[in-house]
Amino acid sequence: MRTITYRDALREAIREEMQRDERVFIMGEDIAGYGGTYAVSKGLFEEFGEKRVRDTPLAEEVITGAAIGAALGGLRPILELMTINFSLLASDQIVNQAAKFRYMFGGQPEIPLVIRMPGGGGAQRGAQHSQMLESWYAHIPGLKVAMPATPYDAKGMLKSAVRDPNPVLFIEHELLYNVKGEVPDEGDDYVVPLDRGELRREGQHVTIITFSRILHVVLQAAEDLAKEGIQAEVIDLRSVRPIDIDLIIDSVKKTNRVVIAEEGWKYYGTGQGLAALIYEYAFDYMDAPIQHVNSADVPMPYSKVLERAALSNKNDIVKAVKAVVPQALVHG
Amino acid sequence: MKTVEMPKMGDTMEEGKILHWIKHEGDPVKKGESLAEVETDKVNIEIEAYASGVLRKILVPEGESAPIGAGIALIGAADEPLPASIAGNGAVKSTATVAPLAQMEKGGQTAAAAQQVSVQSTPVSESQGRIFISPIARRLAEEKQLDYKRIQGTGPNGRIIKMDIEAAMAQMQAVPTAPAAQPVYAPPTPAPVQAPVPEAAPAAVETGEILEIPLTAMRRTIARRLSQSMQTAPHYYVTSVIDTGKLAELRQQINEYAEKDPDPVKISFNDLVIKAVARALVRMPQVNVSFAEDRLILKKQVHIGMAVALEQGLIVPVIHNADRLGILDIARESKRLAEAARTGKLHPEDLIGGTFTISNLGMFDVDSFTAVINPPESAILAIGSITPTPVVVDGQVVVRDRMKVTLSSDHRAIDGATAARFLQEVKRWLEEPFSLLL
Repeated sequence: MRTITYRDALREAIREEMQRDERVFIMGEDIAGYGGTYAVSKGLFEEFGEKRVRDTPLAEEVITGAAIGAALGGLRPILELMTINFSLLASDQIVNQAAKFRYMFGGQPEIPLVIRMPGGGGAQRGAQHSQMLESWYAHIPGLKVAMPATPYDAKGMLKSAVRDPNPVLFIEHELLYNVKGEVPDEGDDYVVPLDRGELRREGQHVTIITFSRILHVVLQAAEDLAKEGIQAEVIDLRSVRPIDIDLIIDSVKKTNRVVIAEEGWKYYGTGQGLAALIYEYAFDYMDAPIQHVNSADVPMPYSKVLERAALSNKNDIVKAVKAVVPQALVHG
Repeated sequence: MKTVEMPKMGDTMEEGKILHWIKHEGDPVKKGESLAEVETDKVNIEIEAYASGVLRKILVPEGESAPIGAGIALIGAADEPLPASIAGNGAVKSTATVAPLAQMEKGGQTAAAAQQVSVQSTPVSESQGRIFISPIARRLAEEKQLDYKRIQGTGPNGRIIKMDIEAAMAQMQAVPTAPAAQPVYAPPTPAPVQAPVPEAAPAAVETGEILEIPLTAMRRTIARRLSQSMQTAPHYYVTSVIDTGKLAELRQQINEYAEKDPDPVKISFNDLVIKAVARALVRMPQVNVSFAEDRLILKKQVHIGMAVALEQGLIVPVIHNADRLGILDIARESKRLAEAARTGKLHPEDLIGGTFTISNLGMFDVDSFTAVINPPESAILAIGSITPTPVVVDGQVVVRDRMKVTLSSDHRAIDGATAARFLQEVKRWLEEPFSLLL
């Protein structure tokens, strides 16, 4: 297999889906001539032309409504929003319209819509442009929320999203675009399901559940822990809605201990939701309270130093693991 | 309503475990009567009532521990209402070990908890406090019919976790037929009665070629404190040889006299050493000291600890103000303490306040040895046997009785020259022992 970037993997997925199905088209701010804010759609305008690669005005509510309309009308739009923070302007379209149609009209309409947008911080974008808002959308029945962390998943899941008859929010991360990973050759059609997590590492002492960018930090932490004899099992959720609950519960039954690591805030978010599910389905298998690693409960600071302090790091994860894995268990 | 609190019964005591309630709820209690037997980190002691009345409520059940100062029982008039926070709720009992906030939060559940207890109509012995146990540990214990109430949890807050159950199961498998001694882990019995034996020895486990003996509280304390001492206090040793000729003569004279005393007593060499060391400490208070990280604490009183070997370990009862006691009184006190230590009858105050310790292995025919300092003290004197030794006096080889003593000192608090001068001082008192009587 080749090694390519997350960005290139996304572009390949879009290109292959556009080649495969002429109903697929992309739209968004500066995606055509400029190639997209994060250069994901670079070259696609030249290849597919202005009919299928459409620049839009800076008006998130309008363009999201248009994309929903196109989906309802039988097309398969991939809408790029510059960041998830701007999707709040379109939240009525996403939450009140896209998520509702199938339910409110007896399952008649399909809304095969994909909204791609990066979330997260760590690149000094300031408080308004650094948020992890997946928990907001994952709360809503009728939406799917995909958050791939690797180039392989980025490509395979984006293809699944395009082929899915429901609205899928496809949340990327600015710091993932340059991450490299193995991906099958171009044209080698594969998909990654939107409802399956992935076991990234096996271990018997603790289950670390994570998704998106933090996965890479968790894997480093797991390496460090292994040197001390602590074997962590790492689950990459890949999608936060629907959640691959079976994968989680099976692992928890094995390890009896859980650390949830996410970039989002602590309160009322994905991590706490997961914790509640684990207590609901695996309470009798727990040996310690679930530990939660998350960002500081503040709007993201602009200062580099403070931003780094607000984001959780490898040590936070190591510490959380050690809080639940008894020393004696490892060395006994 | 008066609260009986867990008393402090030793310098190192942090909590006490109720072994046995001598009085039960509803029993009339007189001030000074024994209420319960308590195991501290070193000894088992009966605690007394400081008020008369009726023992209205036991807050800490047998087998449970409570920190110093925590309420363990309530004494009041027979018809006095119990405080609302305690009435009818067993769950509050062991909250001595729970943070106050948790107590407040639990307050709201009091009624429900009480109801549940009555619905279960469990026997009175349901006075067991709340035990923290992880869900998986509880499930495993139930599957294996293990009485987890007897298991010591090693998780946070003393929570019993999975590995504690697994360890208990391994232990049970290792001893399929437990000996008469009560095993730490036992299948549930209908009415568990804690035998009020002094520090019941935990069951040893034999597997293959080894015998595993669980630590008693005393052994744990010895292990913890002496490791701490050796690891934190830089020990060094100064040895001195003492001529005991005159000491032996004096001892004989005193004993001839003391025999006829209205309260007859026999003094030992050790009693004389205690007296000499006490005098030397008065002379050199810089040895009667504790190292406290940012300062030295100089003790104005001289309390000599004497190491007493017991079958189950080591204990150091204290002769208070040894410098002010006559030699006969020192002998009487050391005899009482040694006897009390052997029979487990030491009072809490017998163990408190030592400023210097003497360890004597002379009776075992040892030439000399080094001892580990008993924190927070800064020095300990190790006494060897009195041995007839050829020595040169005025150019002639003659045989004299000699005794080697070795002072271990904490260099953070006491320098070498000070230690040497202190030994000189001790040597002078012992070689010219008549002065001890002055």
